[in-house]
Amino acid sequence: MTDPEIASPSAFPEPSVLATHSAATVRPVHDEFHGDLLEVSMGPQHPSTHGVFRMVVTLDGEVIVKLKPVFGYLHRNHEKLGENTTYLGSMPYTDRLDYLCSMTNNWAYALAVEKLAGQPVPERAEYVRVILAEMTRLVNHMCLVGFLFNDLGTSFTPLLYAFREREKFIDLFESLSGSRMMCNFQRFGGCRANPSPEWLGAVSKLVDGFPKFLDEYEQLLTGNEILLARTQGVGCLSPELAVQAGITGPMLRASGVGYDIRKADGYGIYPRFDFRVPIGAHGDTYDRYMMRILEMRESVKILQQALRDIPAGPVMDPKSRLRNFRPKPGEAYGRIEGPKGEIGFYLISDGSPNPLRYRVRAPSFVNLTVIEDMCLGRTVADSVVILGSVDIVLGEVDR
Amino acid sequence: MLGTGIIKGLAVTAKNFVGSFYDPARLVTVEYPEKQIPIPENYRNFPFLVHEGDDPIATLRCVACKICENECPPQCIYIVAERDEKGKVLKKPKIFDIDIAVCMSCQICVEVCPFDAIKMDQHFEIAAGNRFEGLLLHREQLAKPNSYYQKIHPTEAAEVDAMLTAMKARQAAEKSAKAKPAPATQTPPPAA
Repeated sequence: MTDPEIASPSAFPEPSVLATHSAATVRPVHDEFHGDLLEVSMGPQHPSTHGVFRMVVTLDGEVIVKLKPVFGYLHRNHEKLGENTTYLGSMPYTDRLDYLCSMTNNWAYALAVEKLAGQPVPERAEYVRVILAEMTRLVNHMCLVGFLFNDLGTSFTPLLYAFREREKFIDLFESLSGSRMMCNFQRFGGCRANPSPEWLGAVSKLVDGFPKFLDEYEQLLTGNEILLARTQGVGCLSPELAVQAGITGPMLRASGVGYDIRKADGYGIYPRFDFRVPIGAHGDTYDRYMMRILEMRESVKILQQALRDIPAGPVMDPKSRLRNFRPKPGEAYGRIEGPKGEIGFYLISDGSPNPLRYRVRAPSFVNLTVIEDMCLGRTVADSVVILGSVDIVLGEVDR
Repeated sequence: MLGTGIIKGLAVTAKNFVGSFYDPARLVTVEYPEKQIPIPENYRNFPFLVHEGDDPIATLRCVACKICENECPPQCIYIVAERDEKGKVLKKPKIFDIDIAVCMSCQICVEVCPFDAIKMDQHFEIAAGNRFEGLLLHREQLAKPNSYYQKIHPTEAAEVDAMLTAMKARQAAEKSAKAKPAPATQTPPPAA
């Protein structure tokens, strides 16, 4: 190797060239003041990476100078499976994408197929879908907050409070659809079962009591000084970067961009409801936490309106069919505002019982792509909190 | 004042801690093997086959049409139809296997079955010592009487029974009508 003192300029690029690269490549590896950089592989079996996710973190002392997300450990061939099963057969597999929010996954997929086949949906089914989707949003945001503070070191108290409440929602899912998490409830042209008045009454009771739980939860967490010190100003995401990277959902709104597909697309019957879209100011971890709390309060409003207005009638279009479902050749993209962001399904039909192309736009996956930009210059402990605030489910990231 | 947020939070946990001794609403768990939370009627886990009479295998509703086998997303069902000595296909299964290690309890087999022959069970304590034998169910283990179905899913079973009796009455009426003057009307396929 050449001696460093007589190295030609071509072997070591000019500092100006280096400066155009990201912070990750700027630092010299051998330096009498800094010493060596340390590369740490966090995960794939690490409790704070929310599954089998790996971050290759390059550290200068305690400061992160480079972070490479590695995923694919949970790849299950979801999209290829979708091309080899019937349209109906893919529905239970969509439960397993984001296993906390199977109801919204079902809805997004049903919406895409209904667009493809031009299948109308009865009014009551639309209401049922909104009720289930907003319940799912409550469940997801509660769990996210619990997991986020578990990463912060609160050692289970917020998570168990959230799980205690989530169990009530999941029991209702079970009594309606038959399964707690893998609901497999939506069908093309409606829902599988018609909810009874008792079930709707139980939802109503639970939803009316929910703000009390949220108040308790916020009293436990929001003003806590340790929490504020650990989350405020940590992992800032600028609105420009968020838009350019295609971030959606609460993470985008925490950065101050008011984009909610419930308002932008007005899919289903969402234009009928009166609700507001909360928007953050700083785009830091604390804003992302508050965004979830505020969204839960708005979801309660939507649920109360939907439960008040739900009409009687069938929940399944009589013309829809389960077997021999062959949509006309064409393509469709159905998207909804899932709890984690825009969840969309893109389908191409060639007139056969299977889709020719089946593609999932997974919100966790896209939101994860900016993890390096948020973590640079922070410590390892912060990177865990930032990852927690992104809200990923690896079943959806890797598919 | 610094620290008030923490103290407020600790007050919440203290309230919950004390409440867990006195307030029944705070006691959210049961001690499982001794006590059980009642299962909701719609709960499902794995499929079983409904039979009508005393002989489980002879009176299966299943006609071995293989629709569920084709529609099953993880393809955990395997069916071979019975044949008589001349090789003619009979309307009952000779082999009906469900590998419940593969089954994902999606209920699609139940929804597509036009004969109401396959339904979802609620028996969930099915741990097996062997990976293959205990979890590959044959028609003998799968066959369960209609009374069992009525017991676990009362509302759904009542609807199915009403539909089947109506269909049988209609078929009988058509048969008697056909037996006298015989204008060759075909029996309509049962509604799915």
